Amino acid sequence: MTPTSIAWNRFGLGGRPQDQLPDDPQRWLLDQLDRYDPRPAGIASQPSSTEAIEGYLSIRNIRRMARESNAEDRGREQVQEVRQTVRRNYLQAVAARGQQAIESDAPFAERMVHFWSNHFAVSVQKNQVRGMAGSHEFEAIRPNVMGNFRDMLRSAVLHPAMFIYLDQFQSTGPNSQVSVRRRRRGRDEAGLNENLAREILELHTLGAQGGYTQTDVTEFARALTGWTVAGISRARRAQTLPNGSAWANYLHEPGSRTVMGQTYRQDGHEQSLAILDTIAKHPSTAKHVATKLARHFAGDEPPETMVARLEKTFLESEGNLPSLYRAIVESPEAWTVEPVKFRTPWEWSIAILRATGGSGMNARRFTRMQQELGQVPWGPPSPQGYPDTANNWAAPDALIRRVEVAAQIAALSREGDVPALARHLFQDGLNDSTATWISRAESPEQGLALLLSSPEMMRR
Amino acid sequence: MLNRRNFVLSSILAGGATLALPHKALAQAATSKRLLFVLQRGAADGLATLAPVADPQFDALRGAFAEDYDGVGLIDGLFALHPSYEKIGALFQQKQALFIQAVASSYRERSHFEGQNVIESGGAKAYSVRDGWLNRLLGLLPANDVRALALSPSIPLAMQGPQSVSSYAPTSLPGADEDLMARVGRIYESDPELGALFAEAQKTRAMAGDTQMRNLRDAEKVGGLAASLMSGADGASVMMIESNGWDSHAGQRGQFSRQARQLDALLAAYQQGMTNEWKDTLVIVATEFGRTVKLNGTNGSDHGTGSAALLLGGTVAGGKVIADWPGLRQSDLFEGRDLNPTASLESVLAGAVSGHFGLDPELAMRTLFPERTSPAAEGLIRL
Repeated sequence: MTPTSIAWNRFGLGGRPQDQLPDDPQRWLLDQLDRYDPRPAGIASQPSSTEAIEGYLSIRNIRRMARESNAEDRGREQVQEVRQTVRRNYLQAVAARGQQAIESDAPFAERMVHFWSNHFAVSVQKNQVRGMAGSHEFEAIRPNVMGNFRDMLRSAVLHPAMFIYLDQFQSTGPNSQVSVRRRRRGRDEAGLNENLAREILELHTLGAQGGYTQTDVTEFARALTGWTVAGISRARRAQTLPNGSAWANYLHEPGSRTVMGQTYRQDGHEQSLAILDTIAKHPSTAKHVATKLARHFAGDEPPETMVARLEKTFLESEGNLPSLYRAIVESPEAWTVEPVKFRTPWEWSIAILRATGGSGMNARRFTRMQQELGQVPWGPPSPQGYPDTANNWAAPDALIRRVEVAAQIAALSREGDVPALARHLFQDGLNDSTATWISRAESPEQGLALLLSSPEMMRR
Repeated sequence: MLNRRNFVLSSILAGGATLALPHKALAQAATSKRLLFVLQRGAADGLATLAPVADPQFDALRGAFAEDYDGVGLIDGLFALHPSYEKIGALFQQKQALFIQAVASSYRERSHFEGQNVIESGGAKAYSVRDGWLNRLLGLLPANDVRALALSPSIPLAMQGPQSVSSYAPTSLPGADEDLMARVGRIYESDPELGALFAEAQKTRAMAGDTQMRNLRDAEKVGGLAASLMSGADGASVMMIESNGWDSHAGQRGQFSRQARQLDALLAAYQQGMTNEWKDTLVIVATEFGRTVKLNGTNGSDHGTGSAALLLGGTVAGGKVIADWPGLRQSDLFEGRDLNPTASLESVLAGAVSGHFGLDPELAMRTLFPERTSPAAEGLIRL
């Protein structure tokens, strides 16, 4: 790969026909850190987090009212109607994300949005999350991508979509005011759910080998009790926050907590914020984040030298994200000439759409395409997010699906001079065999399908 | 009072003694044999799968959930199979199903991702072995007649490795024309990785034919599809299906029933489709770990340790439960919260596949689970 091709493809989201070859590929990447727009028009027009949660809330309400008035058939119809709206909003959010990725002049910065959104994954595989998944990325991730890891952590995990995805919204302190009262009245006890606490420690911050124990998970889960989502019955007397989450002190487990040897005596929500702040700057977090970033840019087996450099940058800059991006761009390990990554389905699909000047697809078709390729936005199989290594994506059926999509996209395009486009996108990195087969194609459409399916396009 | 009952025990018990029994020689390895591995991702609750309803602690621990087993026949005077597992129950009656209770891999922590990594890679620790135990199993089988297939677009870790594995899943994408496919194939000729993947994909697609399916959502159809891809002379000998959605942190009663019904429907259709081959078939259903014995505050259960594994098929020495029942009293539990594992999942897997394919069990254990020292379990497969 040429330096330009590395900048466009490995760091960016793929070259476009109109892109000028940058004089200084590194500078072109670093300039994007200033150019990045956290709230472009197509994304600003999407429902806010508080609007996005309404579908979920109204389904809950409809169901409750239907139960109380024995009108469950009518209730089901109404739920179906709301579901359609939720589904439409989801498709719009996916399309807005796609459009931003395809049209952005700061594709390296947009790649970081995708990276962090996947690091703090929520998933529409839990249906209740569907309406809110877009708002999580747009409001919790995007504004923090050029900020600090600590702030991103706070807004990503203390968001209604995350609370619902990882069951936090119904977690209750066993000795909270509510639990004590329920016990006195002989009612069923509500209780602790440790799902969010565990995934924050394992996936978002310290990493599985980050040095915490089951006791730390439980203690952290106790500290997190009180966080829930606004608008549900248990949050009736809670303090509502602008992102649609809520703090209900009466659900919070009273007392001090000890997590990884440190004791937190704060009252209320200050306690969990203090724990988050501590783990955000923990050396294990630095290592975990550095490893994932190095893997994303320098190969599935991240070079230790680069991991160490990023780790150091993370700690010295206290989690300043642009400092990390700069360190990545300036890492020689990320500029090896041979491709180091097999593109994930999302990366490949965005690259071919950038190469062909846009999708020409409506939201539904675009989303369907992502589903068939295997990486629909905000739909990973687990809180771990989508995998970032070739062995998970380079597979027989997955490859043939890409060729089928390539044929579809080529049919929608009006590209005339495919050999020139191929040369423009990959410069001297274009293989002879690819160039030859493109030149022999029976039509520009077929030539374009070949370019989009080519080995050069599959890797970065 | 029921306590520490002695059930059918074998070397399956971690650290137990091995009985030296004759085994079929490697050379006789019968390639007509079929293996389907179903991985339940998300930690399926073994205490819901095979509920120890006669254990004195069970009702108190599981509350209303225990009602699901009312009227279900007892196995060994202790267990009841979840009623959603109708077909599996019938196979058990026909001695074509065997259940292993209180089983776990060597993993003792509670991360799904590490737990799945261990059960898929076959390492003793997460991320210590790079490829999958099913791929290493392929290396022990006669190369010429073995085809392995993942029923998904991509290849799960358990099947990743040097042996060639195909992948397939129905899609709603319109097919590309043959001329384009041929030309793409020519471009990939100069790229060994893509070339191999592409050739494999085309072969599997041709075999699947026109399924009329657009995805893998309908469990019954998936079972039928799996059978069609494993039947006949060209059928795959080894297949893996991933079953997602077992992580029941909240509202477990409904979620588990739904999941179990789906899995049961899949396996029923699979068995039906495997008409001639069923007698040579082994199905293994396993999960990364179990769930907490006690329910949590949101009518679900959290990540635990011991769970249940199921073996089904014509070669299974079925009709029994293998369990060294650890009990459910507080002092019986692992770390005071989970079902204490008394059997090794790796031993079960190695014992089952070596018996099934006629492999030397020691070689199988050593190859599939190189970091484990316990012997392969015996008595799982009809000799």
